Amino acid sequence: MTVTVNRCTPGPLHAILLAGTVPLFLGAFLSDLAYSNSFQIQWSNFASWLLAGAELFCGLALLFAIGNLIGATRKSGRPLIYFLLVLVTWIVGLINCFVHAKDAWAIMPTALVLSIIVTVLACVTAWVGLTNLRSEV
Amino acid sequence: MKHSSTLAVLGAALLLSACNNDGGTPHQATGPDPQLPQPHRGLLPNMKIAEPASWGDQKPTVPEGYSVTAIATDLGIPRQTLVLPNGDIIVAEGRGGSAAKLKPKDIIAGYIKAQGNTKVKSGNRLTLLRDADGDGIYEVKSVFAENLNAPYGLAYANGKLYVANQDAVVSFDYKEGQTQASGAPTKLTDLPAEINHHWTKSMTVSPDGRYLYVGIGSNSNVTERGMEVELDRARIWQIDAQTGAHKPYATGIRNPTALATQPGTGKVWVVVNERDEIGPDLVPDYLTSVQEGGFYGWPYSYWGQNVDPRAQPQNPEKVASAIKPDYSLGAHVAALGVTFSSPVMGDKFADGVFVGQHGSWNRPNPAGYKVVFVPFSQGKPAGEAIDFATGFRTEDGKTRGRPVGVTVDPRGALIICDDLANTVWRVPRTK
Repeated sequence: MTVTVNRCTPGPLHAILLAGTVPLFLGAFLSDLAYSNSFQIQWSNFASWLLAGAELFCGLALLFAIGNLIGATRKSGRPLIYFLLVLVTWIVGLINCFVHAKDAWAIMPTALVLSIIVTVLACVTAWVGLTNLRSEV
Repeated sequence: MKHSSTLAVLGAALLLSACNNDGGTPHQATGPDPQLPQPHRGLLPNMKIAEPASWGDQKPTVPEGYSVTAIATDLGIPRQTLVLPNGDIIVAEGRGGSAAKLKPKDIIAGYIKAQGNTKVKSGNRLTLLRDADGDGIYEVKSVFAENLNAPYGLAYANGKLYVANQDAVVSFDYKEGQTQASGAPTKLTDLPAEINHHWTKSMTVSPDGRYLYVGIGSNSNVTERGMEVELDRARIWQIDAQTGAHKPYATGIRNPTALATQPGTGKVWVVVNERDEIGPDLVPDYLTSVQEGGFYGWPYSYWGQNVDPRAQPQNPEKVASAIKPDYSLGAHVAALGVTFSSPVMGDKFADGVFVGQHGSWNRPNPAGYKVVFVPFSQGKPAGEAIDFATGFRTEDGKTRGRPVGVTVDPRGALIICDDLANTVWRVPRTK
């Protein structure tokens, strides 16, 4: 007897929002790195805006993740893990936004550390989400 | 679902840890040796914004033996006043600054802070007030000059009225009795005006009329707009009143919002707004005599050698040379006016300075929002500051007015600009 497992992947808009968080968070991390090496404040401004964009994308992806969780017949497993990953990414990103709202060098080194963490989180989240949102037997 | 509830608790804990119960000491001591706690800042800056309320039939509270009247209302944001030799009062009105919003924070914080300020359009003019018969009612209110660029500092010397616009010092020829300027102003010198994060150009004049002193504020709280834009900022210029030539007189002064020349000694004194966002009791705003060539710390350090690591790259040599100011007025009080008193103000207030305090935004327990008197002895501050005009906040925490410039009228009164109520208050001595 064969069991057919249908993988469910995000639609185009969900996918764009989810995958878009990766270059945005990565850009923020690279900008933070540039600021920490140069003291050039413009890099820090770039990081703040990239993070704001990342949070917008991530926040909208979070709505899709909630929808996916509600729509899933089995709530545990993949739909829950995906929802939690997006949520944690968004929360860490938000904290990072607040840290970036400090003045000048006051953001360091927390901003750089959080940017690394949130970039990794965004990669994992996007990977998980794009691979499979839920398995329906 | 167990995981998600753990997460929710963790999230809440994180947010809570960002808040703290430190609203700042309810009564900040004033004087030469302030307590300087460790700098700290939560995840969000403390913001407590004045919620405007109207004065109605209320007035500021002043000491016994003084009365208070509004001598002009409906102005276009009055900031500083000057009393001319014939007793006429010139009021500088306006709002300046052209600082771009560089970060999301600038947009959000800018919007929040604007809630605590007047919505009135910048007057960009000088208004003359006259009380010809000396009854305390200023029956003449005349536009002395208009189309100025956010005028702030005022000085009278050499038969001229000098005005520090946000971008230049200009002068008007003045003949006693004029109610309006006889022509367009003459430019004496340009002032640093790029960005103008702190735009107010305060001014005083040496007793002999030879030099003007102009305060130029920094272009940021603590270099968050970059070091490059701080060239020629956070300092006091000495300007030759004849030629317009200038030199830096003192530097490292974050925001010198009002200047006054001490009668007798001719020394320049200044009130300075210090930096924000490192705690409700840091950094004290101060009153100090200005030492020629002195460096007062900004942005590298505060109150002498207390390093502020937010300013990078640091400059240890500059830190080592930083002068401690003379007198702390309390953190975040936002001193925007200073004037030397004289015996016409009565025995208790004869020797010292009055300081107008606009009031805090970066402090859970609001500070300032009043006019204080700092007693002097032998030419130096001596003792705690005394409240002179209060009642600018209501008991339920709303704000009726925000004091700015203060000027002693030789007829025996203190003149106070209120840039929230757009009113000029006069506090004469009644006995």
